[in-house]
Amino acid sequence: MKKATTLDDSSDWTFKKLEQYQNEIARVAAHYRLDTYPNQIEVITAEQMMDAYASIGMPIGYNHWTFGKKFIQTEQTYKRGQMGLAYEIVINSDPCIAYLMEENTMAMQALVMAHACYGHNSFFKGNYLFQSWTDASSIIDYLLFAKKYIADCEHKHGIDEVESCLDACHALMNHGVDRYKRPQKISLEAELKQQKERESYLQSQVNMLWRTIPDHEKNHAKAKPNFPREPQENILYFIEKNAPLLKPWQRELVRIVRKVSQYFYPQKQTQVMNEGWACFWHYTILNHLYDEKLLTDNFMLEFLHHHTNVVAQVPYNSPYYTGINPYALGFNMFIDIKRICQNPTAEDKAWFPDIAGSNWLDTIHFAMANFKDESFISQFLSPKLMRDLKLFHLHDDSNKNYIEVGAIHNESGYRKLRAMLSEQYNLSNLEANIQVVNADISGDRSLTLRYIPHQGTPLASSKDEVLKHLYYLWQFEVKLLQAHEHGDDEIIAFCPGTQDINKKKTTP
Amino acid sequence: MTNFIDRRLNSKNKSTVNRQRFIRRYKSQIKKSVNKAINSRGVTDVSSGENISITKKDLSEPIFHQGSGGIKDRVHPGNDQFSSGDHITRPPQQQGQGGGQGDASDSGEGSDDFVFSISKDEYLNLLFEDLELPNLQQNQLDKVINYKTVRAGYCAEGMPANIDIIKSLQGSIARRIAMTSSKRRQLSELEAELAALEQDKHENICAKQKLKAAIELLKANIAKVPFIDSFDLRFRHYAKQAVPTSKAVMFCLMDVSGSMDQATKDIAKRFYILLYLFLTRNYETIDVVYIRHHTQAKEVDEHEFFYSQETGGTIASSALELMVDIINKRYQEPDWNIYGAQASDGDNWADDSPYCLQLMREQILPKTRYFSYIEITQRAHQSLWQQYALLANNDESFSIEHIKTVEDIYPVFRALFQKKSVQTA
Repeated sequence: MKKATTLDDSSDWTFKKLEQYQNEIARVAAHYRLDTYPNQIEVITAEQMMDAYASIGMPIGYNHWTFGKKFIQTEQTYKRGQMGLAYEIVINSDPCIAYLMEENTMAMQALVMAHACYGHNSFFKGNYLFQSWTDASSIIDYLLFAKKYIADCEHKHGIDEVESCLDACHALMNHGVDRYKRPQKISLEAELKQQKERESYLQSQVNMLWRTIPDHEKNHAKAKPNFPREPQENILYFIEKNAPLLKPWQRELVRIVRKVSQYFYPQKQTQVMNEGWACFWHYTILNHLYDEKLLTDNFMLEFLHHHTNVVAQVPYNSPYYTGINPYALGFNMFIDIKRICQNPTAEDKAWFPDIAGSNWLDTIHFAMANFKDESFISQFLSPKLMRDLKLFHLHDDSNKNYIEVGAIHNESGYRKLRAMLSEQYNLSNLEANIQVVNADISGDRSLTLRYIPHQGTPLASSKDEVLKHLYYLWQFEVKLLQAHEHGDDEIIAFCPGTQDINKKKTTP
Repeated sequence: MTNFIDRRLNSKNKSTVNRQRFIRRYKSQIKKSVNKAINSRGVTDVSSGENISITKKDLSEPIFHQGSGGIKDRVHPGNDQFSSGDHITRPPQQQGQGGGQGDASDSGEGSDDFVFSISKDEYLNLLFEDLELPNLQQNQLDKVINYKTVRAGYCAEGMPANIDIIKSLQGSIARRIAMTSSKRRQLSELEAELAALEQDKHENICAKQKLKAAIELLKANIAKVPFIDSFDLRFRHYAKQAVPTSKAVMFCLMDVSGSMDQATKDIAKRFYILLYLFLTRNYETIDVVYIRHHTQAKEVDEHEFFYSQETGGTIASSALELMVDIINKRYQEPDWNIYGAQASDGDNWADDSPYCLQLMREQILPKTRYFSYIEITQRAHQSLWQQYALLANNDESFSIEHIKTVEDIYPVFRALFQKKSVQTA
């Protein structure tokens, strides 16, 4: 068929050429069983790309000053030449929207299509976190609704009111997800709930008969039940349902921010995997096309140049070092898994008995679908890759005046090193662990939060500001406790703030 | 399954609203910073502009996040020298590489300050925002009329700089269409005829040649119609419109007597600098009369007013007399909005103060729109203040304020010239 002729490799792109490349990439992607949402590829200018940046990747964002601030920041750094723009942005929706920049060369566009439209896209569709947390088909509609709703609110209640409410919600945005519960299948849940309601109705009928009997005294003596019954880590949800004085529209705003936060929740936890997966596929697909002699050497050289830039990992002592490059780690891990499947060494057979020598395509699809960064690393990071990247672990205890080197890439260190790296991507270690422990519903309506430090790390000083925002939503006194390993909790902030914290007695 | 969409022609400014929102917020922050700077530092370099940096604090979106301290475990790539158990001395400032912020996910946390600097103009705009001369009346006058240039359509003649390209080319297109339409009609007829002949079985050489020659001629004629002609040119026309103006004069009365020590004079001068900047910025056509006085009053120019070193005893009424004099000579009341500002340390001949009050009540206040008296002293008020206080209580257009230190200057200034409409609104 058309495979005989190579694709045009001149650097200017046209829509016709995009179409040709896209068809070839789609064919190869299907060959590797990449299951994707339909693609919607949009060509945009640099300025529009900055718009897309500013709205943190939401295709339709509601209006708020923080997005304007992001835009101006992006624009400033871009215009000074301090920062290049990303070549693409891809949105987890159905159809999957990918933005290509007008300035890209043809080779770049091909790379981006393979990367975003088939790599990221299949990840969005296949990974369990995205499946359980996001609903790609409804996100655009929801954002559209949110934008309109917020605009209506501004119209009705004034921009300032809406703005301060959104500010408050944004401050708590990272605490808008039930981390420890997975969202349940709604139908089942609804059914169970209905069932329970029926039950409790029957129960209440029964209770009526007992009403005439005087209460036991011990019922009075019993301490009043704590509310909420269990500590709540989803602060925004708690606010939405329980804040005493919020107006209905404000609750809806809280809900919108919470939903948006939930939509981004999987992305935060799968950065290494998602980028690694996308890099692996643009690399594999374009090499496949090259092997079919559809791509010229010219094209490949440019492609490889970009590719190596993206997956480069600078060492810790380089002036450009900003931490582990998720693209590099992810890409190398997927390549490594393929290697373990195809050419396992004795070491691999010992470490990965279940995947060494198995079908590589099955294995990486399995890895993509069922893991997040944390578990992916602890499951699949091989000793060979640790050696290749020369990983080492630093243990930094602020009580000591030195930093200790923990595990390094040697026989005794592999397991610890892997565990440490995995922990580094554990979201619950990275984000402050704060829970609502008490709302004094029948008393002064004060709200108590509790911070449980991770490895003795204190909260940053921004907590006072955040608490003000929380107070705006709750509208009664808000306290923040810090849990201590030994002994009582300590109040570390409250609002409205009289400065004398010690005066208040701790009441856990 | 795949769609390509060209969005490049879509509106670029998807986030315009957000940008405006941001700038709105950012302005209020600047205003706060300006006020803060003014209050804490005085107005030493008001006219030189200001770099106001809005630190991240003011525009930040705080979130709960982990601070520094505690135990941090980090994995880094590129080990070239370390083995397990090595101790590394902590680098000075930063708490281990990649401490503070999580490398992987804390993307909401940027540590850069968001700094803007504003120009002198912007700074002064903010400085004098919401201030105005009270009771200013617009009185159209035949003597000095201000003109405003406004657009008034198009005309056929004008300067090259005013050529309106779009209108001119529209004219050119219209003219070309008009001048060639009959020729083009003939041309298409002849061409149709020629085509018919070509179809014909007969040769018709002669007729063809004739037709071709005619076609050539017509084409040449069409080509001869010039692309643009001086007849097409259209120029933007501007007209002058008279605008009602208000004529105003500000009398600045400053006590430079011996009792005014250097610090007091300094404060007085700063106050007047502020007043001067305010007037020259916001009221372009205003006259300012400077009067210095000790025992005698003297009208001086700007430079002398601010820089002269002359000194003596104090008779405040002399300045008021001179002011009345100048008003009568040069600023007849119905034509002018008259303002006065007097600064003094309050020291005056005790006998003179009642006379000042009398002058003020009978001669000056009936003619002025607004008069403010600023007393700069750290001591108790003396006779002049007491006399004036009687007046200030029952006259809207007279106010007295007290400045103790440099920090008071700006708040007092604002209090004196606060926009009344803003306050009531």
